Formats: sequence, structure tokens, C-alpha cells
Amino acid sequence: MKSKIDIKNLNLFIGKQQILKNVNVQIPENKITIILGPSGCGKTTLLKSLNRLTDLYEDVKVSGEIIIDNEDILHSSQDVTAIRKKMGLLAQRPYPLPMSIYKNVAYGIRISESENKKTIPQRVEHHLKQVNLWDEVKDRLNSPASRLSIGQQQRLCLARGLAVNPEIILADEPTSALDPISSQAIEEKFIELKEQYTVVMVTHILRQARRIADYVIFMYLGEVVECGTAEEFFTNPKEEKTKAYIKGAFN
Amino acid sequence: MKLKKTEEIIFKALMYISVSFITASLFLIVFSIFYKGLPSMSWEMVSQTPKGGFYFGKEGGILNAIIGSLYLSIGATILAMLFGIPIALFMNVYLRKYNRFVNGIRFFLDLLWGIPSIVYGAFGFTIMVMLGIKTSLLAGIITVSIFILPIMVRALDEVLKTVPVGLFEASLSLGSTRSETAFRVFIRQTIPGLATAILLSFGRAIGDAASVLFTTGYTDHIPTSIMQPTATLPLAIFFQLGSPIEEVRSRAYSSALILTVIILLISVIARVISAKYNKHRIKF
Repeated sequence: MKSKIDIKNLNLFIGKQQILKNVNVQIPENKITIILGPSGCGKTTLLKSLNRLTDLYEDVKVSGEIIIDNEDILHSSQDVTAIRKKMGLLAQRPYPLPMSIYKNVAYGIRISESENKKTIPQRVEHHLKQVNLWDEVKDRLNSPASRLSIGQQQRLCLARGLAVNPEIILADEPTSALDPISSQAIEEKFIELKEQYTVVMVTHILRQARRIADYVIFMYLGEVVECGTAEEFFTNPKEEKTKAYIKGAFN
Repeated sequence: MKLKKTEEIIFKALMYISVSFITASLFLIVFSIFYKGLPSMSWEMVSQTPKGGFYFGKEGGILNAIIGSLYLSIGATILAMLFGIPIALFMNVYLRKYNRFVNGIRFFLDLLWGIPSIVYGAFGFTIMVMLGIKTSLLAGIITVSIFILPIMVRALDEVLKTVPVGLFEASLSLGSTRSETAFRVFIRQTIPGLATAILLSFGRAIGDAASVLFTTGYTDHIPTSIMQPTATLPLAIFFQLGSPIEEVRSRAYSSALILTVIILLISVIARVISAKYNKHRIKF
């Protein structure tokens, strides 16, 4: 198992409160890794430190290393924009950009690549097809993204993220605002996408983790309690806390 | 239970009373302007500059003040925008995580907002004396833009504050820089509100008399260069109202009517423009 992201001794403080306590995990390439745990355990913070969105918040102090492709992305000399471009982000609820459906997907391509303006329409079509949205929107590409349903918006956000050719997809409870059918569409898409991408997804839904996880990181109160392959995690957990969580004690 | 219901009724009544009070005073102002201004309203008023006997109630109009006011407030609004939009974006995009610092800036802007416009006028005048500049359109534009800048920045800031952090994160995650996020995402998301904020500042600029009193001066001619003194509508109203002659006083109301109509027209135009962009706004 080849690891894509290597997190070493990661500690994160907001003010005096320690959110992440000495996190040491490896996230495998081309697999779906699920970060599991009860609310407030630091799952989202861990995910956001992977593309340094933690930079946006006041009083955040980070120490340790996050190594992606042999580079420590926490190192201050790193180009943050380039790091973020490597990763697509899917948030808890969709945040389409305030522009048309077409421009939402084209936005990332336009700002990152100067050449190949002519191929943008084809690429937009390709990425919309990739998330099964093309047939629903092909006749109204110029209408505002805000008019789509929440489920469609979330798929649009995925297409937009894929359009910048990331290597990693970060997802923070991407189905929590969606209806069951849209959720299923996203889950199925993730299983397809892991052929080409490394998927890291945060969830608190145990059944969802069972359905799609290859690898599980279980967190509790800022610490990684247990991590391992999904099969081992669900059938043969080692830690007491994990056993209790799987039985539903924390939910 | 019954007490709560009475409470509800009392507050509802208070609400209706205050709403009707505000709307009534607005209608009263507009009505009195129309009532007193319409009789002396004529094509001559808006198409001619003051002629020989204008200030004794004879022929001529206030085209000089209309044009002057438009020059002055458009100039001042544009100048204030050149500084105001970058300041407001900087506060909300670049300094977003330094909350305490930004709140400090807001506090000082609010202080500046509270300073009476006559003080800005006096300040502008002092600077002009120091630099040896005479009363002119340029001096007026600079003074008024300083006066409306805090108003504009705070209004823009309140609008930009409403952009959710999730949208900011989404844009950064696509590999855009902070400036791309500011100009392509923040502005697009908030454009109707931004237009309203700029309009509010324009309204302050065109309606203020005190800040232009010492700085732009007054003249019966339409300025042909920004170094010339310029007439403005608020001062035209002020001078005409102070006249002992009945016809001139009634023209003051016509001038007020023209000023009101200009502000109304610009509000409508801004609404139409912002409605066009409003469809892209993401509602949260």
C-alpha cells in the first residue's frame, strides 16, 4: 500500500485549546480514506489542515509535518495556491460560485492555465459528464448555478473541483445536506473516482463509512484512536473506544 | 399566556406606529417640496444659467448648480471608490483572520463617519490655504471624497461581511489567489449590495452643503475646468431660501425638487443594474 499523504506529529491549537493531539497517520493512494468520529473530535480540522485552509482562521498554531509527494506542505516556503490546486474540496453544503453553471466549472481552468482556451468548452462538458450532471444542465449552461437543486449543486462543486486536475479529493461530510438519492450518487461517484484520485472523506455516519471505506481513521477528542483497513476496523477493532463507537455508544 | 399575547399586541402596535411615522414624514417632505416647488418649476429652471435679474426673481435657471452638483458628486464618488473598494476588500479578504485589527479599523471609520461635514469642509479649506489653492471643483471633489470615504467603506464592508467563509474556502481550494477571490467571487456575490453602498455615498455627496461651502465656492457659470469654482444644488437652495424675495424663495423649492428627482433617478438606475447581477448571487 503506497501512501499519498504522510502526517507526522501534527499538533494544532486554536488559542490555548488543543484541537489535534499528536496525529500520526498515513493516507493511502487511490483509496477512499474515511475520517470517522463523533462531532467535535477534530475531523474537519484535520481535513482542512491538509490544504491549509486552517490559515484562514485567527489564532491557529500548527506544528508537525504533512508530507505530500515528498514535500512538507506546512513549510512556510510552500506555494499555498499550488498545494490547494492539488486537492479538490467538497464542503458540508455546496458553495457554488456566484456565476453561471458553465463558468463555475470553467473558473478553475481559466485561472490556472493560460493556454488552451479553445478546449475549455470540451473540458467543461467532460467534467459535467464525469459527475452525471451534463444531461440535466446541457440546455441551461448559462443560467445561474444558484438555481440548481442542492444535490445538483454538490455535484457541480465536485465537477468544478475535478476540473483543476487535482490528485486528492477532500470531502467534509459531503452528503450531510443532501437527500438519500443525491447522497448515493456522490458515494457511487467516489468509488469510481478512486481509480484516479486519492479520496479523503470526513463523516460521522457509520453506515456510510461501511459502504465505501477502504481505510478508516477513527478520531476521538483530537486524537487518532485507531486506523487501519476498513475490513479490519469493522470486523476486528483493537481499541475499546472503537468497539464502543461501532456499537453506537457515541452516537 | 394571556400576558404574552398582550405583549405581542403592544409591540405590534408600536411597530406599526413607528413605520407609519417614518413613511408619513417621508411623504410629508416629498409633498411639501412638490407643493411649494412645482409652481415655479419650468423648463427655464433646468436649461439656463442665472441671468442678470435672477436673484431678484427674473429670468434664468439653475443649470449651473445642476451640472456643478453632478460633476462634483460623480467625481467625488469615483475618487472615493478608487480607495474605498480596495480598502473594504482588503479588510474582508486579506485581513479576515485578524478580527481584532479589523474591528479596530471599523471603530475608527465609525468615528470618522460621525464627524460633521462642516469639519471636513474646514479641514479641506485649511489644506487649500496651506497649498495656496483657490476654491475650485477639484478642491470640492477631494474634500467631499474624504467626507464620504468612511461612509462608503463601512457600507461596503457590511455587505462584504456577509460572504460566507465556505465560499471563500471553495474559491481558494480551486487554486485561486486572494485577489482573484476578491475580484471574481466576493464582488460578484455582493454586487447588488455594493451598488447600494456606493449609491448611499453618492446621495451623501450630492446632498451635502457644508463641505462644499468653503471648498467649491459658488458661481453663475458652468465650470469648464476643474480649477474653477462651481455651483452646487444644496448651496443654491441655501442662498435662494435666504432671499427676501418671494419668487426666489419659491425657486429654492424647485431646486430641492430637482435634487430629489436626481437622487430618485440614480436609485432606480442602480436598482435596475443590480437586479441584473442579483440572479447569480448564491443564497445561504
